[in-house]
Amino acid sequence: CNREERRFAEVSRDSVKLMAESAGLELGDEVAALLAEDVCYRLREAAQSSAQFMRHAKRKKLTVDDFNKALRWSNVEAICGYGAQDAMLFRSVKEGELFFVEDRDINLIELALATNIPKGCAETMVRGMFTLLSSVVAPCSVPAAVQSLSDDLLKYYQQITRAILGEDPHLMKVALQDLQSNSKIAALLPYFVYVISGVKSVSHDLEQLNRLLHMVKSLVQNPYLYLGSYVRSLVSSVMYCILEPLAASINPLNDHWTLRDYAALLLSHIFWTHGDLVSGLYRQILLSLQKVLSDPVRPLCSHYGAVVGLHALGWKAVERVLFPHLPAYWANLQAVLDDYSVSNAQVKADGHKVYGAILVAVERLLKMKALSLPQPAEGCSSSQPGCLAGPMGYRVSSPGLSPPPEPLAEAGLGIASHLQAGGAGCQWEEWSPVPLPAMYSELYSFFGDSLAVRFSTEQSFGGFSPCTPSHFRETRKEPLGHVSNPDTTRKMPQLTANLNISPRQDGSPRTDPPPPSLAATGSVRSLARSSMQRSRASSSRSGQRSIGLSRDVFPKARFTSPHSGPPTFSFVIGGRQMGRRCQGRRPFQTIFVPTPPPPVVLPRVYTHKLPVIGRVCKPLRRWTRSHYSLHLPL
Amino acid sequence: MAAVQGGMVDAKDELDIKSEPPSDGFGNSNANDGRLLSSSPGAGTGGTATGNNKPAPGPPEEQQTLLAVLQFLKKSKLAESAEILRREAGLPEDALDPKGTDASGSGPGLAAGSGQVDGVDASSLLSRVTVSSSAAAQAPKKAAAGEDQPDVSVVLSAYSQQGDPSLYDAYYSGLKRFIESVLDCHRAELSQLFYPLFVHMYLELVYNNNESVAKAFFEKFSGDQECYYEQDLRILSSLTKKEHMKGNETLLDFRTSKFVLRISRDSYQLLKRHLQERQNNQIWNIIQEHLYIDIFDGMPRSKSQIDAMSGSLAGEARREANKAKVFYGLLKEPEIELPLDDEDEEAENEEGKPKKKKPKKDSMGSKSKKQDPNAPLQTRIPLPELKDSDKLDKIMYMKESTKRIRLGSDNLPSICFYTFLNAYQGLTAVDVTDDSSLIAGGFADSTVRVWSVTPKKLRKVKSAADLNLIDKESDDVLERIMDEKTASELKILYGHSGPVYGISFSPDRNYLLSSSEDGTIRLWSLQTFTCLVGYKGHNYPVWDTQFSPYGYYFVSGGHDRVARLWATDHYQPLRIFAGHLADITCTRFHPNSNYVATGSSDRTIRLWDVLNGNCVRIFTGHKGPIHALAFSPNGKFLASGATDGRVLLWDIGHGLMVGELKGHTDTIYSLRFSRDGEILASGSMDNTVRLWDAMKAFDDLETDDFTAATGHIHLQDNSQELLLGTYMTKSTPVLHLHFTRRNLLLAAGAYNP
Repeated sequence: CNREERRFAEVSRDSVKLMAESAGLELGDEVAALLAEDVCYRLREAAQSSAQFMRHAKRKKLTVDDFNKALRWSNVEAICGYGAQDAMLFRSVKEGELFFVEDRDINLIELALATNIPKGCAETMVRGMFTLLSSVVAPCSVPAAVQSLSDDLLKYYQQITRAILGEDPHLMKVALQDLQSNSKIAALLPYFVYVISGVKSVSHDLEQLNRLLHMVKSLVQNPYLYLGSYVRSLVSSVMYCILEPLAASINPLNDHWTLRDYAALLLSHIFWTHGDLVSGLYRQILLSLQKVLSDPVRPLCSHYGAVVGLHALGWKAVERVLFPHLPAYWANLQAVLDDYSVSNAQVKADGHKVYGAILVAVERLLKMKALSLPQPAEGCSSSQPGCLAGPMGYRVSSPGLSPPPEPLAEAGLGIASHLQAGGAGCQWEEWSPVPLPAMYSELYSFFGDSLAVRFSTEQSFGGFSPCTPSHFRETRKEPLGHVSNPDTTRKMPQLTANLNISPRQDGSPRTDPPPPSLAATGSVRSLARSSMQRSRASSSRSGQRSIGLSRDVFPKARFTSPHSGPPTFSFVIGGRQMGRRCQGRRPFQTIFVPTPPPPVVLPRVYTHKLPVIGRVCKPLRRWTRSHYSLHLPL
Repeated sequence: MAAVQGGMVDAKDELDIKSEPPSDGFGNSNANDGRLLSSSPGAGTGGTATGNNKPAPGPPEEQQTLLAVLQFLKKSKLAESAEILRREAGLPEDALDPKGTDASGSGPGLAAGSGQVDGVDASSLLSRVTVSSSAAAQAPKKAAAGEDQPDVSVVLSAYSQQGDPSLYDAYYSGLKRFIESVLDCHRAELSQLFYPLFVHMYLELVYNNNESVAKAFFEKFSGDQECYYEQDLRILSSLTKKEHMKGNETLLDFRTSKFVLRISRDSYQLLKRHLQERQNNQIWNIIQEHLYIDIFDGMPRSKSQIDAMSGSLAGEARREANKAKVFYGLLKEPEIELPLDDEDEEAENEEGKPKKKKPKKDSMGSKSKKQDPNAPLQTRIPLPELKDSDKLDKIMYMKESTKRIRLGSDNLPSICFYTFLNAYQGLTAVDVTDDSSLIAGGFADSTVRVWSVTPKKLRKVKSAADLNLIDKESDDVLERIMDEKTASELKILYGHSGPVYGISFSPDRNYLLSSSEDGTIRLWSLQTFTCLVGYKGHNYPVWDTQFSPYGYYFVSGGHDRVARLWATDHYQPLRIFAGHLADITCTRFHPNSNYVATGSSDRTIRLWDVLNGNCVRIFTGHKGPIHALAFSPNGKFLASGATDGRVLLWDIGHGLMVGELKGHTDTIYSLRFSRDGEILASGSMDNTVRLWDAMKAFDDLETDDFTAATGHIHLQDNSQELLLGTYMTKSTPVLHLHFTRRNLLLAAGAYNP
């Protein structure tokens, strides 16, 4: 008898009694038992006849609709309200041994005003495709999944992937451009995402990684694509590039740093523009970055990735994750940097990289924090110049970190501005555990005067900013940045207002003192490609830049009249600072007093110290040249 | 008197109404549509029609029917009409002796059929009729009328006679022990008894309110039953109350139809002797009343032979059910003069199809002029005249068929898969026109969508006002009437109020039929893309519909267990084919349009004669509802696919199963023979298309010396040899298959992401 009963779900007598009670009836045991039995039978009967509707609809899944049809044909009223496609959440309350279907409230207003409305469902259509041809070949050479695509799309897909991963840079650019603007490739999205997820298989090839990242960028920027849950997959691919000790990193000659920087920018871009598609994405990203950062076993390049990643996600992220973690991390880093043994040279160089990245990150943190305190609404007031300067300004900051490789040039601006916009958006949030002065003094204890200098001289350098090669890139990218802006506006309208302030403000300070090492790599690339534009760019730039805001918040800000100071100054400090890392905690004002050593020399010395970067004479020379050229106007 | 006559007249009127359409539709040809009425208005109850529709009803059976009617009239106090009927039928007077006068009689059961009460009444009556008639058939004592006639009230409850419920267990186990102890050769045959006996005993127990005994009985013996009855057993096990029996359809089937077993005479004698020795009357009664044992002389059948044929809801088909002659040959092709043009000529000579060219002397052509001995008379069923456009299409067809690829095991067809993308609303039916130019989908959202798969867009005819402006004399008037502005690749037809489960294009591509859950069949014009007619009659979901290969007629089948034959210009059906014990799930026309095949959830396939509405074949062997049927192009064979994932092949002429194709792992939803019949393609829910060597399957058979007389075939398990290929789709169930005129295989289904 037991076996029989187990075969079906039974409605128990108690259930019937409960239901009766809820309807205000008292039932005797006997009646309830009889009813329960009858209910079971009727349910089975209905289930059985509903299966017929399922079979005729050529489905394997029984739907609520099938059941209702069966009810209808047996003259029972249909049960409304369960037609949703989503799976029911079946919950239990342990104490009461109670099971129920979760019935969530839906905020209709939210639903109605949702900005990320998916593109309308595609039209039902019929597409023919050969599965067996000429009785010999089954041309399933195409990935099986592609079968459902039309020929045209398939061709497009093949061409695009071939172009992007192929040899011809021009072709690649065209392909990327099209990927960014084509409105009809929604059906291909999964395939592109799949291709991109191939990053893991090409971790030895920086070039390919780069191209894949660019593909991500194009997809993300395509205004016609609704990424949906694919965001997660894209993010994981990008995170891979940021955090993993790529095979390409083994060779110090490979510039995987740049790749990480770019990926970080991309990450922030994805997050700020599409983060709303996946709930909890921000938290997840932060967690994984934090995990990497707090894992001492990981190589320094991974740590570097984590830091840039945090930086790119905005100063809030830095404040939440990096800053609290800094004391613990510092010890490790210090140990690396203090080890002068030859065998450690490589690691040490990596350490410098991380150091630089951290410095940049915390610096912006300080600045943004300072900014957020006195005049939160500043953005609005300065909006007029900011409109233009916003995207540019910010661009300055991120390239300052480490400029993106060539192809990124176009994108850099747009991405950065999004990122910054988001960062600014964050800043009115609740979270602010460490007061600014305390934070500053703590950071100062780590970084010493390098921090202070950057901070105080910002205006001057911001104003003229002749020394940063990254400027050129910024300006050059300007038009593109504006092109990409409308996208942002479309996707996240609420963020545009903030766009104006922040980038400029924290962008300008960052321009001047990029850690030389980073600047070096960056400049190399940017200059190589844009030497023509250089002069035009610098001149056009200066006007806006001079409208800096004075910030005297910080006690250590000692360079009050930065205009007088030669721009080279920053380099000196930077160079020294880096070079003397071992004394990090000691403030060394002395260095500021003497005239800086000839700027030409210093970088060279520096580069000697950092063979990591792998850019030898040529970049160096260019760097110097740029240096000079920057100084010319002065 | 007046009242009495009124009643009779009513009934007669019904008959007249029913038989009227055919005389319209068939013009002069219906010499013998006397039995057309077959299914009375109460056909909806399924059982009502069973008796009337028996193929080749024997005289004793008819007499029994008359008696039943008489008794009914009597019961309803219609004495005079009873008297008239008695006299007409020439029955002895004592046939009218009132026996059971039941007050429950509520009205003329034959004419009513609408109310629940009447339905029950009628069916129970019928069950009595069948019971007594078969009793007569078995114990051939030629029941004299009035003699040992069971009481009406007894018949009303077929299960009311009861032995000691506690002994059922013993009875059954006694029989079980006996059957297990007999010789091997008899054991397999006698084991067939287990299932029907088990079910009937269980039902008797339930009916007599012995719930706990019934449960224990079920528990003890349900495990012994063949696995292919699992589905029914599950239904049975949920049924533990007398009240539940009332509305249960499965139950109704068991009571109204006799479970048919085929047993050799030796085995039967063995059984009979055993039961008599043991005085096991309980079981004997059940066998007498609820089972029909078809005794044959000869070797007992083996287990595998039995298994191949069993599995249907009501056992195997009686042998005599498949004895009627079926004209499975093809009709002669009409003579059409091919315009003597261009290079097509030579091609035609090589591979000439039935094309009649006057000046030609090709052998193939002349052969098809000869009347096939197995073909029905050309005028057996009146067929519509060919229009000019049809002739043009025939010519096209012939031209195309000259370019047809000869398929074979070494030359498989190319497969083109039409995927319905973004069909989130649910694709439920697909059809493709014969010339493969249009594809239509029926959807669960009640729409029908028609696509053009050629570059030629779909256009509507202009509005009436615009049509007036056209120069009707111009040569290209047919082109001018089309409204170029409406040209599009897709047209959506709105009208149904439930999922569209079946669609079918007319052969001339002017119409489209769709059948829906809303109980209607709609005829759509593909010129105006509007609905022309809604055919109402089924009142329950209509699962399938199909046009005759010659157009004009169409058949439909649905949840009400009957199939109906319609003509497009009649709003009422011309024929009602009743007999299935469960839903009719698919319907197909024979290529010569004289027969209709229906597959059902009762796991049988029936072949119906369009001319007289008789059931001429019953095929059993499937173990699940049948969802696909296909006739071979030469009309000789039928293939069927079911939820059990097997394809069965049937020889229509001999009424035999001739092959079993195993391979699919899920319901088969589509079957199609290639144009020349060499390849059978099957499409399934398991996302595969499989190709089978039909030639080989049928050839092997013809060399076989199968015993047509007994119908006991030995199926060889050669599915693997016959399987020519398996082709996966990307999570796309294959809902439809179609061979183009050149033998390219088209498949269709909706992508299920």
